Amino acid sequence: MSLTELEFQGETTGSGPVQVIQGRSPWVLAWRRLRQDKVAVASLIVILLLALLAILAPVIAAWVGHPPNTPYTNQGLSSTGLPVAPSSTFFFGTDDLGRDLFIRVLYGAQVSLLVGFVSTLIGTVLGVAVGMMAGYFGGWIDTVLARSTDAVLAFPYVVLALALAVVFGPSLLEVIVVISFFSWAAIARVVRGQTLSIKEKEYIEAARSIGASPMRIMVLDILPNLIAPVLVLATLAIPTAIVFEATLSFLGVGVQPPTASWGNLLSQAQAFYQTSWWYLIFPTAFLLLTTLAFNLLGDGVRDALDPRTERLFAAQRKRGRARSKGAKPAATVEGAS
Amino acid sequence: MGFASFLIRRILLGIVVLWFVTVATFLLFFVAPQDPARLLAGKNTTAAQIANINRRLGLNQPLIVQYWHYLDRLLHGDLGTSYLTGTSVNTILKQDLPPTLSLLVGGVILWLIVGISVGILSATRARTLLDRISTTGVLIGITFPTFVLGLLLLFAIYKPLNQAGFHWIQTGYEGPTQSVSGWVGHMILPWITIAAVSAATYTRLTRGSLLDVLGEDYIRTARSKGLSERRVVYRHGVRAALTPVVSQLGVDIGTLAGGAVVTETVFGLGGIGQASVTAITTGDAPVVLGVVLMAALFVVVANLIVDICYSILDPRVKLA
Repeated sequence: MSLTELEFQGETTGSGPVQVIQGRSPWVLAWRRLRQDKVAVASLIVILLLALLAILAPVIAAWVGHPPNTPYTNQGLSSTGLPVAPSSTFFFGTDDLGRDLFIRVLYGAQVSLLVGFVSTLIGTVLGVAVGMMAGYFGGWIDTVLARSTDAVLAFPYVVLALALAVVFGPSLLEVIVVISFFSWAAIARVVRGQTLSIKEKEYIEAARSIGASPMRIMVLDILPNLIAPVLVLATLAIPTAIVFEATLSFLGVGVQPPTASWGNLLSQAQAFYQTSWWYLIFPTAFLLLTTLAFNLLGDGVRDALDPRTERLFAAQRKRGRARSKGAKPAATVEGAS
Repeated sequence: MGFASFLIRRILLGIVVLWFVTVATFLLFFVAPQDPARLLAGKNTTAAQIANINRRLGLNQPLIVQYWHYLDRLLHGDLGTSYLTGTSVNTILKQDLPPTLSLLVGGVILWLIVGISVGILSATRARTLLDRISTTGVLIGITFPTFVLGLLLLFAIYKPLNQAGFHWIQTGYEGPTQSVSGWVGHMILPWITIAAVSAATYTRLTRGSLLDVLGEDYIRTARSKGLSERRVVYRHGVRAALTPVVSQLGVDIGTLAGGAVVTETVFGLGGIGQASVTAITTGDAPVVLGVVLMAALFVVVANLIVDICYSILDPRVKLA
């Protein structure tokens, strides 16, 4: 794991003033690696900008002067009652009721990011708890927990999510509950595997031999070693949750209008894609940009936390360079074929 | 452990799973705050009318009795009748099966062919231009939610083609019995939609798995004894590389059912997925139970097939 980085903390020999070399924690090293990853940094900036836009949505709405749920029946609809195209009044055009699409897309970002973060947080806490208990205790506890994890993973979840959505009544809270319920299983599976290998280490045996309780061992000795893989999984679970929310809202069992969500905007836009391209394109662009940014950031976090992959990539890059230098014509032929 | 006893064990387990699904779905709809009688009768109804409907549907009986009646009918092959339309659920499922089946079978074939072949190409030409293009394509594919891809295909392909007077690609559903070309024209966009996200995942999986396998000692041995590169990759490499791909397929079958719901809704195919959305949002419990049971049956059978394929690909895996 990444916690095995060597630390050197001692005095240098030789002449001159005595210099103390500071040990760097694995987290500092990971942060340095992440900062050098241009794609990850760009993704992070995109996400931060989006979060800023979402938080400032009411301020921007007040500044533009268009509240999210106010229909502008005169300026916002054409003479035939269709949405109007983007202009200096309506930056992204209007929707079928003559509301400002730009403002509604920003309010939709609030819903997406909120659902993405909150349900990933709940799912991660649940997944870590279940996976760690299954891996640590083994026996029948493991059988029950691991089987139910597999069941949740294999179930046609959109169908069940639809049913749950109707039972709880469609709302933001319902969406968060449903998504959390389906996001813990993938994390639990990985955490269980990691715990199985960690619990065989000598230091766990040592902790047990001095009488530490299972709870103490799990929280103090195992959990810190799980943070790196869980962080990667959680980053990649956020876009999944955002897409899940959009899908539920698109099918009409998620966030309900007039509250704007990218999913229910697209659901309404479906009837107007022949006449009003902006209605479909702007929510789509925001949704894709967000999920792409989180996916790329997740890949970056994985590379940064796992020094092995970085060395691997460096070696590959070096080999790739040598290859293209050595046999240029052959490489191009291969690339074109 | 012989093959027959494996099959019997798995079928018994499958029946237990299906029974569990009926109980869970039944309970879910019992705790639902919707009142089917009120739903059926409309807004202005007297208490007597509602009591009447409740008696007719057997909803005034205790839950366990209702469940028992349901199970009894089920074992006789009767899935009940829809609360809303009064049609038999068997008929509804039979009517809606062809579009869903067309979608799933075509979609899976497309996704496996594209996913695995691009994965193999990408692994055998690792770090070339082709590999980089496919890796980028995979990332884009994974980013697209199914319904967004469907909407964009309608916007970017269906709309311009039809405006240009080219009417082969259509929405809605048309069976292959009338004309195969018409069927493909109706299904091609739905197939691409349902296959794209999964094909991307499988490309990534196949590429990684094949790259791992190609680094193994026995591949070096195969090369050193003078086998052609083609034979090494396809006979020795791909076979071993496909095992994790097949096991992933078992997990993804549940996802596929969800993809069908979304794809059918976007393209108006009118299959089982679309029927389930309508039934769930209107609280039509018998239809929901029928659809969920059928989806569960599909998942159980498909997983069984996947496990059998798995043991054929990798003789070390024992059927258990």
